[in-house]
Amino acid sequence: MSSKDDRKGLESLSRRQFNMGLAALPLIGMSGMSMANTQFPTAKVNTTKLAITDTEVTVGQLHSATGTMAISETGSIQAERLAIEQINAMGGVLGRQIKVIQEDGASDWPTFAEKSKKLLVNDRVAAVFGCWTSASRKAVLPIFEKENGMLYYPTFYEGLEQSKNVIYTGQEATQQIIYGLDWVQKEKNAKSFFLIGSDYIWPRTSNKIARKHIENFQKGKVVGEEYYPLGHTNFNSLINKIKVAKPDCVYAIVVGGSNVAFYKQMKAAGITADKQLLLTISVTEDELLGIGGENCNGFYACMKYFQSLDNANNKKFVEAFKAKYGAKEVIGDVTQAAYLGPWLWKATVEKAGSFDIDKVAAASPGIELKTAPEGYVKIHENHHLWSKARIGQIQSDGQFKLIAESPNLIEPNPFPKGYQ
Amino acid sequence: MTASEIWNIVMMQGFAGLSLFSVLLLMGLGLAIIFGQMGVINMAHGEFMTIGAYTIFLASTLTETYAPGLMPYYFLIAIGIAFVLAFAVGWMAEWALIRHLYRRPLDTLLATWGLSLGMQQIFRSTFGAKEVSPTLPEWLMGSWSPAEGLDIPINGLFVLALTVLVAGGVFVMLYRSRWGLRVRATVANRTMANAIGINTKKTDRMTFAIGCGIAGVAGAAFTTIGSTGPTSGSLYIVDAFLVVTFGGAASLFGTVASAFGIAQAQSITEFFLTGSMAKVITLLAIITILMIRPQGLFALKVRR
Repeated sequence: MSSKDDRKGLESLSRRQFNMGLAALPLIGMSGMSMANTQFPTAKVNTTKLAITDTEVTVGQLHSATGTMAISETGSIQAERLAIEQINAMGGVLGRQIKVIQEDGASDWPTFAEKSKKLLVNDRVAAVFGCWTSASRKAVLPIFEKENGMLYYPTFYEGLEQSKNVIYTGQEATQQIIYGLDWVQKEKNAKSFFLIGSDYIWPRTSNKIARKHIENFQKGKVVGEEYYPLGHTNFNSLINKIKVAKPDCVYAIVVGGSNVAFYKQMKAAGITADKQLLLTISVTEDELLGIGGENCNGFYACMKYFQSLDNANNKKFVEAFKAKYGAKEVIGDVTQAAYLGPWLWKATVEKAGSFDIDKVAAASPGIELKTAPEGYVKIHENHHLWSKARIGQIQSDGQFKLIAESPNLIEPNPFPKGYQ
Repeated sequence: MTASEIWNIVMMQGFAGLSLFSVLLLMGLGLAIIFGQMGVINMAHGEFMTIGAYTIFLASTLTETYAPGLMPYYFLIAIGIAFVLAFAVGWMAEWALIRHLYRRPLDTLLATWGLSLGMQQIFRSTFGAKEVSPTLPEWLMGSWSPAEGLDIPINGLFVLALTVLVAGGVFVMLYRSRWGLRVRATVANRTMANAIGINTKKTDRMTFAIGCGIAGVAGAAFTTIGSTGPTSGSLYIVDAFLVVTFGGAASLFGTVASAFGIAQAQSITEFFLTGSMAKVITLLAIITILMIRPQGLFALKVRR
């Protein structure tokens, strides 16, 4: 079954432009659809009264387009739109064009819950691409489980979660953390670490995993662990503490506006890449727009995707993204993970031969995507993705230079033993 | 650790406190004028700072494109423009919104909060939801190291100098100019000031606009140490109110003293404890002092 999916996946991008031409001819498009629909009659592919007609399938998109989180979620909204447009240009899913209902979570967790209920109960959408922060995901999770919906969640996150109703297209913590720590230990000979984070669940859980790995597996030393409130803008005291502790490596998980303040003040205090090794898991190309590459060039980040990745899939993706949204746009790790969502859903529906949530959930493990910009990904039994981890070095133009990547796909392990 | 290393850390930590003091004072000054002198709770203060920040961004982009040779100097001019822009927007906001609400202080809270949300969305629609990064002149970046292992941030020095300048200017304006006299008369007794021929409406508008202009200067200066985005201003608003309330609303000297106290308390506790605990302790201390002295550190002695 999977080999058939691969063939479709490979065809997909090369056939795109051809199909775009076809879309201009409605008659041909119509006949194509009716053919598909005798093969996949609505009564058969939709037994649970989802919003699916002979020609159309409705999905939901639920991100913050307004409020503080709009900074981060805009990229995800754009990437999912792009993927859906490309899928539609290829002829849609099971012969049906994808229609999107976009809801705004407005950076407010109760609003996310309310809107997800609206999408699942009133609109009966077949899948939802959405959420960004863990808080918003936690807010909608019980609703997706109760109303039996399907969520494709793009952000790298802290793990410790697994649901039949969610596909996690970003990395869970161990995939991102362990490879990076091993790399600085082996390549940069780092033995002592200073852990820094914004004060909420993701940095705290991630640093907990990092500390266990450093102390129990690497036999290294954690010389400091510090958390600052979200939105904190003054890091001079912290920087002095780093100077006192003299760690081999600073491990930073600072987010939001604090991120900009942190790196600007580090540079102003004379902590630059030629004097200090720093590894972060919270700076992507999107964050670099705000920080400015010149304020943190030479530091390292561990992610699964960088815009500068040199492969054919990624080149096509970056080109299409810039053609749609403008040449100045940048693509960060989460934006790419969001782009995977619609493609993974399409492959899964085609494998299951049905839009039914239960069948899609059951068919998900083992779904592969060879056209992913990050390379090749596969859905694991636990609904997370197998993926590589990569080390990038920040350049002053706001892009990353790929320094290292894991030789194999890393297995997702949301409940890591020995790290709790 | 050697003695010289300890000395360096003490010096740098001392400067960290001083630097935080200047940041707090600069963000509090504009609010001290508006809240302290006029009693208007300006929740949009942060957004007036954001106007300043985006002014720097625009100026840096324009300079880079059209006059790259001027890059080292544009920053100082842009700070001036930031004042003018924020002043103008403040003037209009006072005319359109605030002046109708002087007798209803709690309504100004809601109205200015609405204003802040609206301004945030305007920034988002104009400049995009993502943060931007103005290119700063080379001389503002990096550190000054007078000795081995001792790094004093240049942007910190710059903000400190600017704060001294602005605070000095406000003192002179308030206590040595006709406008200052009118403002103080209006604060002391609005009806009486009106009766002796002071145009209190005009004074109010000027006061509000100057407060907003100073917020614009603060926002412009903070691009050297913080982020520039649609919601960047909201990062500062709580601290700004804290400084003004703790200092005693109507007293400019109180604002200075309170910024100094909070900055030192926070930066010292931050050095010895974790960041979040430092914040908790600082806030607890402020609350305790405010319970004992609800009027703040320095209150104006006037007959009400």
